[in-house]
Amino acid sequence: MPANGVSGEIDPFGRNGVGSSPIAERNSVPAYAEKLAWLESQEAPGSGPSDQRGRKLAKRAWASLWPKALAIIIVLAIWQIIHVSGWKKDIFPGPGATLANLGDQLKTGLLWHAIATTLERAVIGFGLAVLIGAVVGALVSRIGPLRAAFGSLITGLQTMPSIAWFPFAIILFGINTTAILFVIVLGAAPSIANGLIAGVDYTPPILLRAGATMGLRRLSLYRHLILPASLPAVVAGLRQGWAFAWRSLMAGELLVIIANQPSLGVLLSTDQDQADMESATAIIIVILLIGIFVHTLFSMADRAIRRRWGLVGSS
Amino acid sequence: MTGVSKVFGRGSSAVQALDQVSLEVMPGEFTCLIGASGCGKSTLLALVAGLEQPTVGEVSTSGGRVAVMFQEPALFPWLTAAGNVEMALRARGAGKAERRQRAAELLRTVNLGDFGGKRPHELSGGMRQRVALARALAQDADILLMDEPFGALDAMTRDLLHDEIDRVCADRSLTVIFVTHNVQEAVRLGDRVVVMSSRPGRVIDEFAVDIERPRRIDSAPVAELAAQITDRLREEMSHDAR
Repeated sequence: MPANGVSGEIDPFGRNGVGSSPIAERNSVPAYAEKLAWLESQEAPGSGPSDQRGRKLAKRAWASLWPKALAIIIVLAIWQIIHVSGWKKDIFPGPGATLANLGDQLKTGLLWHAIATTLERAVIGFGLAVLIGAVVGALVSRIGPLRAAFGSLITGLQTMPSIAWFPFAIILFGINTTAILFVIVLGAAPSIANGLIAGVDYTPPILLRAGATMGLRRLSLYRHLILPASLPAVVAGLRQGWAFAWRSLMAGELLVIIANQPSLGVLLSTDQDQADMESATAIIIVILLIGIFVHTLFSMADRAIRRRWGLVGSS
Repeated sequence: MTGVSKVFGRGSSAVQALDQVSLEVMPGEFTCLIGASGCGKSTLLALVAGLEQPTVGEVSTSGGRVAVMFQEPALFPWLTAAGNVEMALRARGAGKAERRQRAAELLRTVNLGDFGGKRPHELSGGMRQRVALARALAQDADILLMDEPFGALDAMTRDLLHDEIDRVCADRSLTVIFVTHNVQEAVRLGDRVVVMSSRPGRVIDEFAVDIERPRRIDSAPVAELAAQITDRLREEMSHDAR
């Protein structure tokens, strides 16, 4: 870069080099390409050197871990204090005994079998709900009369406590897995459909205009523009749908007890019958942990999308 | 464009955006539309782009394909810069290999050869608008409509993009209609500057720009003509105020 602008050359401010201000002189760049590179170096958001990345990652992991560890310690401490205080001493177990019980149960095949059964139902039920919710959402969002007819019905279904469906499902299907799956789908599909509908509704009009001028029509418009633009809302709908599915499943397993098919609900119900508080609490912890785990997966998906779209800062 | 009027809404709430506008643009001509906000410039572009239909009158592009650049880059945030350009090629039915190659070429054309893998949010405002230009060029249109594409950019970046627009449009002999409220920008770029009045939008004057290219936005002839046009606009606005 020359120390000062030579007559006839153009600096980035578009002024002539001669007689320009000291700032303009320092910044003066002769050739177009250099001018461009200069501007980009001023503008483009920089990315940190890679050797700092490892330390950054460790720092971030620690930053997200220690509050969680603290929360667990606080909960255990409060639990222990209540236990030591002697409230309902005969039936209320302390954290030590409960965690030991959980450890013992994890060594037996029964708990793992139960977890497998419950998770299988969760996956099948949620999968069906996603399928049905997506088809219904896609149709209702794009077809005016269908939306007028079913839009508010879907929202109504979403607010319906799914446990209320069980008498209906049990009479219809009997005491079996189908009844449970039926209620999971009814609980989760409306949220998933509504997520898709919201995503379609909130596709930025400027992108729709851009798509239209590019010649994207109907199916290709849906596939290449509306669906990807809906992704954040769809993930939010999936997350909410999962919460409903998991609740419906637990309610279902407590109400629809199928012989010789151990599930988390069946174990919980047996513990209730036997007044085995330690085991019941241990199962509740398992249910809680599974819920947190799946929620974390959805949060990660959500964050990945937001980062990709530039909706979060890199810090 | 002959005798075009456009009315939005109906009855007492109706707004007349354009009133009897006739405008002929020759192939390869760079026409700048200028006027105060609310003069229907954007409506006019939407009509030419086929995004809106005229209430009265006729808009013809003689079968030419039309591409549009907006004030916002309107890039798809889930795609990379190259992906955005490829989307325009895909909409035209180009195959995968052709898309990849053409997108790389077009990004080089707008001096973003090394940025194909970046997502829109990783690019600066000027770079995003250059990707939008590459995407518009990918549509292989004969007519390029630009709706204040540089309105949100700083003066330096805009100056740079003027050079690029000049070069790209001359290389491809594109027909351009460029909407702006910046008089200097209009004179810097246009072969012709069309002045519009507000509410309802009408064409009130035209200026041919006989200044040799390459031009600079701060050169004396550009400033002189810009001052003339600004006077004409002021005159019009004071009519409105009365």
